[in-house]
Amino acid sequence: MAEKKKALDLISRPIKAVNIGLDSFVESLKAQSVEVIHVDWQPPAGGDDKALDLLDRLESL
Amino acid sequence: MIVKNVVWKNRYLDSLKLMRISNTTAALQGVEKVSVVMATPLNKQILKEVGLYTEEGEKAKPEDMLVALSLNEESQVQSVLDFIEEEMNRVKSKVQETAGYAPKSLELAIQNLPDVNLALISVPGNYAKHEAMKALKKGLHVFLFSDNVSIEEEIELKNYAETQGLLVMGPGCGTAHINGVALGFANVVKNGPVGIVAAAGTGIQEAVSLLSNAGVGISHAIGTGGRDLSDKIGGITARQGLQILNEDEKTKVVILISKPPGKKTVLALSDAVKQMGKPVVVNFIGMSEQLPLGSNAVIVDTLEDAAFTAYELIKGKVVPYRTVFTRNPEEVSNRAETEWEKMQDEQRYVRGLFSGGTLCSEATLVLADYLSSVSSNIPPRPELKMNDTAKSEGHVCIDLGDEEFTVGRAHPMIDPFVRQQRLIQEAKDPKTAVILLDIVLGYGSHLDMAGALKETIVKAKSIRQEKGGYLCVVASVIGTDEDPQSLKEQEKKLTDYGVVVMSSNAQAARMAALIVSRGKIKDRLYGGK
Repeated sequence: MAEKKKALDLISRPIKAVNIGLDSFVESLKAQSVEVIHVDWQPPAGGDDKALDLLDRLESL
Repeated sequence: MIVKNVVWKNRYLDSLKLMRISNTTAALQGVEKVSVVMATPLNKQILKEVGLYTEEGEKAKPEDMLVALSLNEESQVQSVLDFIEEEMNRVKSKVQETAGYAPKSLELAIQNLPDVNLALISVPGNYAKHEAMKALKKGLHVFLFSDNVSIEEEIELKNYAETQGLLVMGPGCGTAHINGVALGFANVVKNGPVGIVAAAGTGIQEAVSLLSNAGVGISHAIGTGGRDLSDKIGGITARQGLQILNEDEKTKVVILISKPPGKKTVLALSDAVKQMGKPVVVNFIGMSEQLPLGSNAVIVDTLEDAAFTAYELIKGKVVPYRTVFTRNPEEVSNRAETEWEKMQDEQRYVRGLFSGGTLCSEATLVLADYLSSVSSNIPPRPELKMNDTAKSEGHVCIDLGDEEFTVGRAHPMIDPFVRQQRLIQEAKDPKTAVILLDIVLGYGSHLDMAGALKETIVKAKSIRQEKGGYLCVVASVIGTDEDPQSLKEQEKKLTDYGVVVMSSNAQAARMAALIVSRGKIKDRLYGGK
């Protein structure tokens, strides 16, 4: 688990972002010279809602 | 005509890309209709409604892609499918070109970008919580653009984030500015001393644009998602946002924008506002009750007044600032008169067609201040609810970005189609006098909305003219000259084809009210309410 921090941390460092979803957001971030990595996202667990629930529960253990 | 469904197992593309591919494919000869969608229950239902659904489609699962076609001949099917396949490859290689290295997982992305601190998440709603929680557990703040996230999921995400000192902006967060970086649908604005916390995407867009155009920049604008200030959530993100802006040395004045908060949340927020050592300009759109806020709070009615009150505070002047019109009263009245004198007697109503929800609510309230029979599909007060959203009666303001109009379609800030259709429908109603519009610029929005609406507006005006009347179109453009679309250019384009362009959303609504009242509300406009 990540080290606990203060919400203020969001503004105390330059934005470095991960983009999960619409790639047009990568384009606009790059246009602003922001470091960003796009994740080639696919629906997890084959898109099955029940499997997703199970995955969520396993990951929270 | 034959209807054909083809299922592509376990394939995914986002709805925006699929919409574009569907549009390109629909232009092929011999193709009557085409819809390429993810086979979610909702999309299947829509295909059923438009007569594009077959037994084959029934077998598709949500993780499958469904190609639904209606075309002249069976023999064409394969060539259309090949075309769609080519389009998908073209789109994917364009993504690779723009995005560069794109790992398959968040973990790999984090390994490749040390010190990453923010995740932007815009996956379909049913996966959004899963992805957001993963990002939070990796210690990332989250900008959650996705909507259709349940309130229970929002509570779980925000409670967890708060214990970790992390921020969840969203769900349904359209806009934010952090350290000079514009996130989501956002405008290119100057850096400066005004910080914003808002449960209102287009509310942020108008406030930051007006300020930046007036020469005062933004420190940070923190979007909270539309439900954050409801009592179920209790304003978790809003309170974190206020605390951040209070501690931030760059921020000298804070603006807080939301629809009226829940009763308990107002109390929690007022405590948070009182503890701030800075002035806070508050615009709770449509809230009429007295607010128990501290002496550092200044309450205003409109987004424009919020922006300019913050401006005056920065310049050390007297507040609150209240605008009626920026231009002088005579000039405005004369312009209004040139519009109404060409109208027929029966042309009496304002029809507002909005792409921004906050802008729609604000316009509804401005109209309701001066006119009767005002309603909206997203009523800011219960008594302003529209009876039938498909058919306008009286004065109406419709948020075309509301789910009802966006199922299976891109948002009206990107795709003008729904607004174009509704504009023609309203022009055909002999009682329509004024069409009221918002044009929202910035990253993510259509690159030339003024141009995209031109043909429709010209046609709508001619429909009315053929009946011996005159259709007036009033608009405000939300954005800056530095935006990819350029405020000046979009305003000029609209003015050139006869649109009355006003300098804010509230002023556009006032102008519309002045015109339909044939000038009768002039004294009330200037003499207070």
